[in-house]
Amino acid sequence: MTDTPRQTYMTDALGPLPFCPGCGHDTLIRALDRALVKLQPDPSKVVIVTDIGCIGLSDRYFATSAFHGLHGRSITYACGLKLARPDLTVIVLKGDGGCGIGGTHLLSVARRNIGITLIVANNFNYGMTGGQHSVTTPVGGITASTPWGNLEGPMDLCATAAAAGASWVWRANGFDKDLADTIANAITQPTFSMVDCWEICTAYYMPRNDMRKKQLLEFAENNGYTFGLQVDKPRPEYTAQYRRIVDAAQTAPKRKSAIEPKLKGNLEKQTGIIVAGSAGQKIKSAATTLSEAGIYASLQATQKDDYPITIQTGHSVAEIILSPDRIDYTGIDAPDYVVLLSADGLKRIRSKVESLDQNCVVYAEESLELPPTNAEVKRFAFVDTGKKAGRFSMATVALATLIADTDVFPLEAFDWAIQRGRNPAVVDLNTKAAAAGVELVRGR
Amino acid sequence: MGLEFIEGNEAIARGALAAGCSFFAGYPITPASSILNHMQQRVAETGCTVIQAEDEIASIGFCIGASMAGSKALTATSGPGISLYSENIGLALIGETPMVIVDVQRQGPSTGSATKGAEGDIQFIRWGTSGGLPIIALSPTTVGEAYELTYRAFNFAEKFRTPVFILTSKEIGLTRESTDLEAIELPERVDRKLIATESECYLPHAFDAPEDVPPFAPFGGDHITRYTTSTHDQAAYLTTDPETTQKMIDHYTSKIEAAADELTLVKEDFEDGAEVLVLSYGVISRSASVAVDEARRAGRKVSSIVIQSLWPVPEKRIRAAMAGIRKVVVPEMNMGQYRREIERIAGAGVEVVGVNKMDTTLVSPKDILTKGGLL
Repeated sequence: MTDTPRQTYMTDALGPLPFCPGCGHDTLIRALDRALVKLQPDPSKVVIVTDIGCIGLSDRYFATSAFHGLHGRSITYACGLKLARPDLTVIVLKGDGGCGIGGTHLLSVARRNIGITLIVANNFNYGMTGGQHSVTTPVGGITASTPWGNLEGPMDLCATAAAAGASWVWRANGFDKDLADTIANAITQPTFSMVDCWEICTAYYMPRNDMRKKQLLEFAENNGYTFGLQVDKPRPEYTAQYRRIVDAAQTAPKRKSAIEPKLKGNLEKQTGIIVAGSAGQKIKSAATTLSEAGIYASLQATQKDDYPITIQTGHSVAEIILSPDRIDYTGIDAPDYVVLLSADGLKRIRSKVESLDQNCVVYAEESLELPPTNAEVKRFAFVDTGKKAGRFSMATVALATLIADTDVFPLEAFDWAIQRGRNPAVVDLNTKAAAAGVELVRGR
Repeated sequence: MGLEFIEGNEAIARGALAAGCSFFAGYPITPASSILNHMQQRVAETGCTVIQAEDEIASIGFCIGASMAGSKALTATSGPGISLYSENIGLALIGETPMVIVDVQRQGPSTGSATKGAEGDIQFIRWGTSGGLPIIALSPTTVGEAYELTYRAFNFAEKFRTPVFILTSKEIGLTRESTDLEAIELPERVDRKLIATESECYLPHAFDAPEDVPPFAPFGGDHITRYTTSTHDQAAYLTTDPETTQKMIDHYTSKIEAAADELTLVKEDFEDGAEVLVLSYGVISRSASVAVDEARRAGRKVSSIVIQSLWPVPEKRIRAAMAGIRKVVVPEMNMGQYRREIERIAGAGVEVVGVNKMDTTLVSPKDILTKGGLL
């Protein structure tokens, strides 16, 4: 900060402002300058953010930092700046066109309440591209793209921001004597704040529609638009809240530690296991337990899951590879073991089951009707056994059966992996399920 | 040594955090969403700002803003999201914005198959925005490489002040693998070169030689700075001067091209006397590896090169790998996108054979052996 107050936050390095004679943007930019002079912020801590449209020509006339981005996206950069540096004063200058193409960002910043200030230079049409209609063009408005009069209803930017939850909203016009004070007031809000400033476009909208000061004020009056404060509902600002919460959150969530292999697996070659059942049968979790047990038994492991985007309905298929060596190809063209737990799962991998060779062993729920296959089929009462052990335990039952029957690695490894679980109730359930699965083999 | 059983998307999040990532914005999309989840789960330890944006355009917009304020920024999406990133990718390029963009590829075009793998965005990433400027893209083959290459991507982004892409896929992102991340040796961490605090005036795009990387001054730092989507000069002021315009284009281009050697990441497995080379990348490299082993066991002489840095194309090393080679087999989970580059480099006298499919399943070792004629 300098000792003597700054007289302006603009630079004349680029010459005078580039706007058409009489354009409302000129008034607005000078009002913003006066607002900054009133507030006296450190210019290196102020960012003027603009996007495409005539008002987007203005950022570089400020002696603050300036960011000129894609059409309609200025709010997103402003939010990024503010999220990264909540201490900055971030002011967005945007046109009514930008509010159309970037409408979702307007809704979102109002809803999120990120503490930037949005100033809309709202002159009811696209000046930069030759005067086409925008989201704020009045009904009947003549523009390059509405030569017979605009059929679209205008969007009330203030009401829209308010409906999205904006904390502070003001409707201004370029003839307001106190425009600079209004802008300063907006900048001072710790929350998201918006000034919708109605202006005259002397190049296009005014000549085509006779929209001068008098008509602009009459249009507002006749259509129920009031000027002045529209919303003043303070609520906590996002970035300040976020920082407070994150800084207070000292404890990291508890995670599984890395596995130190302690046992020896009995596999001599890469082994593919497919577990197919229904969503809700905890196929993925049981497959992970099997894989982690394999790792504990000094094997390498990969796991891929296939399931619909919904939960608790449809199929769930897990593909696990265990190998004494590095696993490259993660596809299972010829599985060594297939575990079938439900009709959903069978349906999903039916063609695979049909083409299994005699080297594959299928562990199938006894009630399932299987297609013809060359694989060796072993049937077990996985469903009934799972029901006795407890809900969600069937996959663990079946995998314990597989391990006990094949001895791919010691059962101790599977038990070790189950005990790693973070939820004691689940650990208890799976311990019982594994014992029941082993019993299915030993009981034979 | 301990092994974790983690998916590629977790490895990407952890690689980013190891590189000092301090900002993440993303929009949920299968199969990339779990990167957002993993970043979110580590906020308490890292202090990283993590936000779910309203759409992909906002995701990359937030990242550009945060990066220009000095954060190391990451975003992650899949093909449909890259489409929405497109315009902002161009902005990040000419704004010289360091950031890492992850594309966890899925079956396209369009919505395609959200939960199915593909590697169909290889040329899309290269030419993903208007203007055709060169970009940097790295492609991991394993969960461990997803970690390592994400870390390296941040280093490249910082060093060259440019967005860097990670081209991965559902097949790595959502596949769990026994992995020891701590055993992976990482290079020293690179942070963007800052403008000296005593400098009077800051030019956001200052360079003497066209390949120079301009020093950085963050928004909100000691210097007044500017950023613009318009064609601009070194001061980031709009320009319409043809000479200045060309100078800037040459600058963006040559800072990447001049660094081609440094950006080259390949894994070579050559065999003396081989006349066949298998050139692969991404998850299909793993099928290639099995196929090459099998061909060798069958007595064939076969060399292999795995391209980790897809863009810029590591032409020097590919040319060297082609010495004495009569046939290059290029297996891809698309209809032959990178093969175009190999055909361009190979020229006459070298047969380039693609092994391609886009049915959402992996190109298998058997596919490569048979269709590639390796047996």
